[in-house]
Formats: sequence, structure tokens, C-alpha cells
Amino acid sequence: MPGFGLGFGIIVTALSLVVLIPLAALVLKAAGAGPEEIWALATSPRVLSALRISFGLALLAAAVNVVFGLIIAWVLVRYDFLGRRIIDAAVDLPFALPTAVAGIALAALYAPNGWIGALLAPLGVKVGYTPAGILMALIFIGLPFVVRTVQPVLAEMEAELEEAAALLGASRWKTITGVILPPVLPAVLTGFTLAFARAVGEYGSVIFIAGNIPMVSEIAPLLIVIRLEQFDYAGAAVIGVVMLLLSFILILGLNLLQAALRRRLGHV
Amino acid sequence: MSAAPKSVPVVIEQASRQFGGFAALKGVSLTIEPGELVALLGPSGSGKTTLLRLIAGLDQADQGSILFDGVDADTLSLRDRRIGMVFQSYVLFRHMTVADNIAFGLRARPRATRPPDSEIRRRVGALLDLVQLPGLEARFPSQLSGGQRQRVALARALAIEPRVLLLDEPFGALDAKVRKDLRAWLRALHDQTGHTTLFVTHDQEEALELADRVAILNNGLLEQVGTPNAVYDHPATAFVCGFLGEANRIPVELRGGQAIFDGSPVFHAGANTSGSGALYVRPHHFHFDISGATGLNGQVETVRRHGAIQRAEVAVRGLARKLDVDILSAVAPAVGERVGLRITCGHIFAGT
Amino acid sequence: MSDASLPAAALPRGRLARQDGAAARIVLIALALGFLALFLALPLAIVFIEALARGWQAYLGALADDDALAAIRLTLLVAAIAVPLNVVVGVAGAWAIAKHEFRGKSLLVSLVDLPISVSPVIAGLVYVLLFGAQGYFGRVLASYGVEIIFALPGIVLATLFVTFPFIARELIPHMQALGNAEEETALTLGASGWRTFCMVTLPNIKWSLLYGVLLCNARAMGEFGAVAVVSGKIRGLTTTMPLHVEILYNEYMSVAAFAVASLLALLALVTLAAKSFLEWRYADQIAASRRH
Repeated sequence: MPGFGLGFGIIVTALSLVVLIPLAALVLKAAGAGPEEIWALATSPRVLSALRISFGLALLAAAVNVVFGLIIAWVLVRYDFLGRRIIDAAVDLPFALPTAVAGIALAALYAPNGWIGALLAPLGVKVGYTPAGILMALIFIGLPFVVRTVQPVLAEMEAELEEAAALLGASRWKTITGVILPPVLPAVLTGFTLAFARAVGEYGSVIFIAGNIPMVSEIAPLLIVIRLEQFDYAGAAVIGVVMLLLSFILILGLNLLQAALRRRLGHV
Repeated sequence: MSAAPKSVPVVIEQASRQFGGFAALKGVSLTIEPGELVALLGPSGSGKTTLLRLIAGLDQADQGSILFDGVDADTLSLRDRRIGMVFQSYVLFRHMTVADNIAFGLRARPRATRPPDSEIRRRVGALLDLVQLPGLEARFPSQLSGGQRQRVALARALAIEPRVLLLDEPFGALDAKVRKDLRAWLRALHDQTGHTTLFVTHDQEEALELADRVAILNNGLLEQVGTPNAVYDHPATAFVCGFLGEANRIPVELRGGQAIFDGSPVFHAGANTSGSGALYVRPHHFHFDISGATGLNGQVETVRRHGAIQRAEVAVRGLARKLDVDILSAVAPAVGERVGLRITCGHIFAGT
Repeated sequence: MSDASLPAAALPRGRLARQDGAAARIVLIALALGFLALFLALPLAIVFIEALARGWQAYLGALADDDALAAIRLTLLVAAIAVPLNVVVGVAGAWAIAKHEFRGKSLLVSLVDLPISVSPVIAGLVYVLLFGAQGYFGRVLASYGVEIIFALPGIVLATLFVTFPFIARELIPHMQALGNAEEETALTLGASGWRTFCMVTLPNIKWSLLYGVLLCNARAMGEFGAVAVVSGKIRGLTTTMPLHVEILYNEYMSVAAFAVASLLALLALVTLAAKSFLEWRYADQIAASRRH
């Protein structure tokens, strides 16, 4: 097949110029700060708190999306109801809706004087300008991932698997937990990983609703922006590299787990 | 297996099932005796799998009823029906080992009736011995051959001590050699365990070889039920005659106890019917008759090897299709030779 | 059976054992619809409600504002540059990756996918580090009077970074599924490599390419974090629509902010509709996997 040199040349050149060299500059800049300064910054209370918030809430949001993603995928694959196709299409909205739009919409809903926030305020529940608000935004942007990875696996599952289980005397619950869900698990994990990866670096939809209170509702990407605004390039780079390292380690771990699961389930 | 489970009779009464506008079953009645091995035979789309799924309880009849040991099956849950079913594609649970697959039905029982773990392990081992796969407990389905998977599926179905065993195209996904071996093995297993067994097949050879009785379905209707010999030698309908083995169809006029083709009598019709009809003759029920005194005259167009014997294609004036004729005598007619054909055995169906 | 009273459409015909009880079905559908209403329908509706809070006059007035129009123009310009560049790179990369075997292929695929797991803020940051006033090339660029950061080139670069995988990811699985047979046939019939690509490959992948372009374009027009870092947010000059939304929102100009946001929401809806149409009409001619 001809054209390998041309195609390969274009993609590698573009990849280097747009992605790899800039990322190398990031690592270089961070390394230039020296190990002591890096450690001091990375373990400063405000950075640690922001990392905890970003990673903790991203994992929590991905977990919520696993539960509801499974339910939504099940409902879309198994039941026929009015508007099913529109709902199916709508699941992808977070892919298409700019994050800033989602951000101000969520703020308008959950701010203390917002449409829902005002209803919750008398109950003493605060969502907007708290970590709960961040969670709402992260659930929103990660919503399609689990649905879209699980849906095709559920749809292609042989009907006879359930019939065989039922004829062997299994209850519906036992059939679902023992026969249907195990083969879906690797796809669930893939969806979880994608949703987490997206949420952990999310910025646009979060900053409008987070309140951005240091040590309470300040996310790690915002810290980078703040450092940049103070022209502290090295500090911004250090936080960026720490974020990337942590998320790559987590994603790698999740991918290894997923691969092991697939092997175990005989998918090889 | 210890203490063979009680096999029960299954009675199907006027079962009908429609899918959308398509009638898959149009009132089928069939009784299966305890311990009997019955084949449901028919072309694809004849309703045989639909009937099997109705009996299994995976689908519900629009009309009619199914009785297990006299009890209306609609009143039984899937668990209480105690049906052992082997699907065409086996549908083993591939995330479970062979042992877990076989034990699935036992472990799914409510705690009160669930055997202890040691008993389950013992039963799994005994079942694997029965299906001649000892020692494969720890394998996953992906590590088995097609024939082995089929036997694991059967062991899994037998583990719940079914009252009725249902097999959907049990040999459909296997290659020819394995299929022949498994056929003999299944027959022996049935003689040993004595389950009431119903299996679906589109392969008439398989049905005739394996079953105590064969039920032939066509277009959602039962055409004939009987022993392999009965249905083969005395087909009740033209469809059965054409579907079981090969047959030549010759349109005839029925008059005065004779079947008349092209103005001359070709076969003794027996009953005193009259009108038009069809005469079905199997290739080995022709006799070459040089005298040409009775029956059909034609010209040999080809002679080909057909298994153990040779077969001639004979063109007969007035027949659109050439006749397939087995050459049973030592002397084969030559290609191009004009021959007379005497019919030694045939089946006449009036009005078709 | 307990399900006999349900409407026929709810029953998968001939699959009794696959049916959940009516109660379970109702609860699950209610949970799914409730969750989607809370997280999708409500935010989307609020955008339009807030945008029209003071009527159509105020809505249209906000959109006719000079800075808003400048932001719309800039957004279209950025997409018009970034999307075609991505198409060229994505198609070239997919051709090399899907049609050839070479060492390091899976590494290359992982690197192409890398931007997906990089925070958009970092995507902006890396260009500031390279081309910003105190960046590695900042002084050199300044001496030649070249502006990248706080200008159009920086915005385009940041957009290219975040949308980099979109087209290749859509094309690679599809091209792999199609195989090489048709191209090899064309080559044996004497067609040149370029002609083979244009006459055989391109027609086969056109709908997945369009699918990738749709997603790429939506992200390019809607990107916020990466662009925010490099743009400097100079009103009327370097603010794209999402940035303009932020500026207006922070200035408590709610109607104006939601008016511009409503345009972006409409773009999202059009993208979804076109995407669903492609999935429905050309299901067999777009990538088998619908991952993103």
C-alpha cells in the first residue's frame, strides 16, 4: 500500500508540533524549578487540597455515572417507550454543548438564588459554590461515556443467555447480577476511565458553579490559571505536570485492571 | 446419575402462535410419552423452534395449552417447569468455568433446597463423567472444542434433573464427523438416562436415525407423527414424502384404480379414487423395463455416480423435470438409450 | 402472566424470559429519565429561558452587539482554520495507521489519543510556556513582532491541541474494518496511489469523516479552558464566543451572556441532530464503535 511515508510523516510532524514538543516544554519548565521547590509547591496545602478536590470529585462523578449510565443504557437497549430515540440522541449532549454554556446553565440552576438553588436554600442544602456544585458539573460532562461504552455490549448480548439462566431456575436478580453484568464489566470500567479522565481536567463547566474558594472548592486547573495570571510560569508548569502524572498513573492502573478483567472473562 | 428423575408426559393441545401477521404455529397437537425421544422435523420457518420455545416457557401460545404431567404449564414458573434446554449455540456462560456452568442451576435454587457445596461438586464431577469430559472442571468455555461445549451444555441442562429435555438443533453447529459421533452418543445417553426428550432438527437423516418418533412440521402445521419407519414408508402427505428422502413427482390422472400418465396406466392406485393427483416415486423404486409394456418411457440423459450406486436422469415426454432413477441392476443403460420404467412402489396423493 | 396487561409494544415478542417486571421497568425508566431531565434537559432549557428573560428585543439586541459579532466571527474563523487542518492530519494519520503495519504503531495511536486525557487548561498552558512573553521563544518572537499568545495563532494552536484526536479516532477503526482489499484491487488495475485514495478510500469513509468533522467542529467552536489561557480575553479582538459568554456572565449581563450561550447551544443541538441522522442513515458506513 503506497502513501505510508506521506501519511506517517504528516501525522508525526503534526503530533510533534502540536502535542509532543509543547508537552515536553511543560516538563522542561517544571523540571527547571528544582526538586526542592517542586516538592514544596506540590505538597503545599492549597495545591494538595485542589488535587484532592479534582481527583476525588472526578472519581465520585465517574462512579455516579457508572450507576446511572448502566440504568440509562439498560433502559435504552431493553425498553421501548415514547421518545426513546430522542433520549438516545440527547445522551451525547455533553459532547456537543460547550462547557462554558453548561457552566453558566448549572450556575443559573444551583446558585443560592438560582432556579433550584432557591428551592433548596430553605432546606439548608447548598449546591452552587460548594464541592457539590463541582460534582454536578463533572457528572454532566462525564454522563455519555458509560452509556456509550455499555450500550453496544448490552445490545449485542445473546438473548439466550438470559433464557438459559431462567430455565436453569435463576431468579431475575440472579440472572442480571450473575449472567448479564459480568460480561459488561470491562465496558463499564472503560466508561468509568473515560469519564474520570475527562472530569479530572475539566475547567469550563466547573468554575462558574464552584465558587472557587481556596481549600474548599478550588480545582487544580484553576490553580494553574491563577499561577499564570501571576506570571508564575514555573509554578503553573509544576502543578500541570503533577496533575498529568497522577492522572496517567490512575488511567494506566484502570486500563491494566480492565485488560485483566477482559482476559479473565475469556474475551481475549 | 443417581436415581433417574421422573420423566413426565408432555401434551400439546392446539397450540397457536402468531408473530405480527405471520402465523408461526396454526394449532398443533402432539403427545410425548414419558421417556420418549421425539424429533421435531421440518424446514426452516416451519414453526419447530417456535413450538420448542412454547414448551420451554420462553414464549407463550396465543391459543391452546401445554400440559406437563397433566398440569397446565402456564401455571408453572420457568424454574418449576424444570426444563433442561440445550440451545443451538449452547450459550455457555463464558465468564464461568465448566464446573460453574454446570453447577449454575443447583446454586440458583433457593437456599432451602440448595444442595451443600460438597454435594454440588460431586454432582458436577458425575455429570462430567456422564458426558465423557472428566477433569475439565476448571476450563473456560473458550478453551473447549465445539463438541465439548455441546456436551457441557447438555451436562448443565441435566444438572437440574429436568423433567423434560429440549434440544434445539443439537448438532447444527458441528462439522459432519463430530455430528455423526455425537448422534450415536446421544442415543446411548438417552437409553441410559431415560429423559423425555424433544429435539428440533431440519436434518431428516438425523431425525430418522435418532428418534423413537418423528413429528414433521410444515408451515406451522403438523403433517405427520410416527415412528421413523412409519413416516418414511407410509408418508401421510405429499410434503412428508418429498421432505423425507428423495422423491420424483409425477402428475397423474386417477381412474378405475389406476394412476394414468400420458394416457397409459403407470401404477396401481389401489383405492377407487378419481380425478387428478400426484404420484411420488423414490429413485430406487424404479425398475428398468426394456419391454416397455407398462408405464413410462423416456431417454437416459446422464448417468452419474451417486454414493454406492449409479443414478440415471431420464427425460420423459410430458414431464418438466427429468426423473432421478437409481440403477439397481448390474447392467447400466447407456446414455441416449430409450428405456421403459416400471414403478415398484409409489405414493399417490389425490388432488395435489 | 403478569405482563399480559401491558401494551404489546413493550413486550419483546417471544422473549418472555427477558422481561423485567412492570414495576422494575417503570422504576428504571423513571430513574433514567429523571437523571437525564435533571442533568441534560433542565440546563439546556435554562439557557433559552434566561436568554429570553427580557424578551426577544433584548435577546436580539445582545446578539447584535459589536463585541458579540466580533466573537462570533472569531469563533468561525478559528474553526475554519483548525477543522480543515485536522482533517488533513487526521486522514493522513488514519491512512498510515489503519492501512499499514509498523513498529510502534500502538504507541503512535496512544500518542494521538493523548490530548483526550490532558486538561484543556494544560493544553493552553503549554503554548504560553513556549510563546508567552516569558516563554522559551517569547523574546525571539517579540523581536520580530510576531504575536502568538493573546492572538489568533495561539487560539488556533490551543484548539488544534484539544481537537487533535477527533478525526483520526473516528477514521482508524472504520478503515481497519474495511480492510485493504479494495485498494489493492485498484492498485493492481493500475491506479496510482493518489487516485486509489480519491476513488476508492475516500468514498468508503466519507460518512465517518463527516461524523468526525461534526464532533471536531463542535469542540473547536465550544472550547473554553485551553482558549481562555492563551487568548488574553481582549474584548472584540481575542474573545471567542465561549470566552465572551464568560466575560458577560462575570459582568452580570445575564441576558447577553445567555443570548450568546444560546447560539452555542443551538450549534450543539444541530450537531446532535446531524450526528444522529448519520448514525441512523449510514449506520453501516461509519465507525463501528461509537466511542469518543
